[in-house]
Amino acid sequence: MPSAITARLLRPAALLSAAVIATSVAGCGSADEPSAAAPKPSTSASATAGVLGIRDPWVKAADKGMTAAFGTLVNDGGADATITAASTDVSPVELHEMTMKDGKMVMQPKQGGIVIKAHSSTVLQPGGEHLMLMDLKRPVRAGDELTVTLTFADGKTQTFTAVAKPFTGAQETYAPGHGEPMAGTSATPGVSMSPAS
Amino acid sequence: MTGGPARPVSRRGLLTGGALATGAVLAAGGAAVTAARSEDPANPVDAVTAARVGVAVEPFHGPRQAGVATDPQAHAAFIALTLTPGTGRAALGRMLRLLSDDAARLAQGRPALADTEPELGLLPARLTVTFGFGPGLYRAAGLDGHRPPSVADLPSFRVDRLQPRWSGGDLLLQICADDPLTVAHAQRVLIKDSRPFATVRWVQQGFRRAAGTEPGRTQRNLFGQLDGTANPAPGAALDAAVWAPDGPDWLRDSTTLVVRRISMNLETWDLLGRTDRELAVGRRLDTGAPLTGAAEHDEPDFAATGPDGLTVIPDFSHLTRARVTDDRLKILRRPYNYDGIPTPEGHADSGLIFTSYQADITRQFLPIQRRLAERDLLNEWTTPIGSAVFAIPPGCPDGGWIGQQLLG
Repeated sequence: MPSAITARLLRPAALLSAAVIATSVAGCGSADEPSAAAPKPSTSASATAGVLGIRDPWVKAADKGMTAAFGTLVNDGGADATITAASTDVSPVELHEMTMKDGKMVMQPKQGGIVIKAHSSTVLQPGGEHLMLMDLKRPVRAGDELTVTLTFADGKTQTFTAVAKPFTGAQETYAPGHGEPMAGTSATPGVSMSPAS
Repeated sequence: MTGGPARPVSRRGLLTGGALATGAVLAAGGAAVTAARSEDPANPVDAVTAARVGVAVEPFHGPRQAGVATDPQAHAAFIALTLTPGTGRAALGRMLRLLSDDAARLAQGRPALADTEPELGLLPARLTVTFGFGPGLYRAAGLDGHRPPSVADLPSFRVDRLQPRWSGGDLLLQICADDPLTVAHAQRVLIKDSRPFATVRWVQQGFRRAAGTEPGRTQRNLFGQLDGTANPAPGAALDAAVWAPDGPDWLRDSTTLVVRRISMNLETWDLLGRTDRELAVGRRLDTGAPLTGAAEHDEPDFAATGPDGLTVIPDFSHLTRARVTDDRLKILRRPYNYDGIPTPEGHADSGLIFTSYQADITRQFLPIQRRLAERDLLNEWTTPIGSAVFAIPPGCPDGGWIGQQLLG
């Protein structure tokens, strides 16, 4: 099960993805530039002028229970931005961080929200801060596109689309008293991710 | 022209016995190789050129898929998937969006989304991922009416010894790159994203010479033969042979692919002398020239006869049987060698991942295959042990996904 070592191993990945150029998740690569040939409207997360640039957003596919959304939040503005809440239409969402408790990495609600400092970026990643989808009303299937709305401390909101990826990591243990572990923790990844449409 | 069986005993004996007068020929061949080498100027490894191999990019987006007309990369993995029963048209759309996004990112030297080994995604080494749709995919999507008619199981041939573990498949992922670690990572990423939708039916991994080893040269197979000399030339000839020129958007700029695993029996091939080997192919082993010519791309003269009154290029040679002159009837071969683990007795498990791209399998591939199956002396040492057919749908623009014209 997850340990401090696991969490540490994941960090270089996040650093690396933060350096990657802006992109969207729908279809073949970047949809940041409007493409006349695109078959459908862009689902790019960063298409609208929101508070933040949101790069490589994704959500872990899960049939039920809990799951989590990740991505890189870029604040190009001159003031810090604080996310105080998030929502989707498939489940309530909490803002979480990972912390060490009794020698194990566990997750817990992030007090004061997720802060993205001016002219910097924050990576939401397995083993770190993330948006926790608490109780799925319906499956989030691999390849689904999930709309997520962020609410900021100043009352502004921003919406982005996260694609659902099959992912067997991110099996963080929830801090005691917060319910069940994340979905998809069985030893047979994929089996629980139904393809039926 | 008379066929092989009517030939004088001496020549038949030469071909089947294989032990006659080979020493001098082999010695001469060895000398030729040495001479060719010594003519090359001293050419130390160019570190700058070598470093470029890793960062080289083949575009993923475009009207046609990459990995077909692309100058063949050094390493390849062919992965055939079987769709799980619940995977229909909508699920295929979700699957191919994910896989297309993975392919596009990795081809650009960017990690896949949620890549668990992102450092392995930074050197594309000309990575291409080419998607193929087997007959079962059209059925699963409820779109059998949109299946190109020639994308169907091939008729069985007399020479076939097909094994299920190398045959069939609903969805093909052809992964090619000049670096084997890049291929392995792409394979891992694509299979992981396929698992909610499909199971792995077979994987065939193959290789050619390393990037930069022999630029621009026709590849050699493990019989030592140049393999692919007769391919249509890049440009108009290749385009005419390979791509569907018109039709609805799910057909235009598509092609078809036949993948056949050809076991090559190096043990019985070893019994042949050099002359026999060249007669079986109809070409020189060193230059690839037809037996009537001096250079690889010289036109063969099938009427030329030798002192014995026989044609110089035998009727049963591979060259004669595979010969096509009309560009529109040619096939584009893009083969990779495989070399498995020898048996405890030291017998090789070697062969060829034969790939043939053509606009229409029935019009182009099947006539050639029938002629070869009927009488190609190489059949004595080669055995087809796997076979699969796929449509290679059109490419996609930036922001699109492979298969969107069919499934979207």
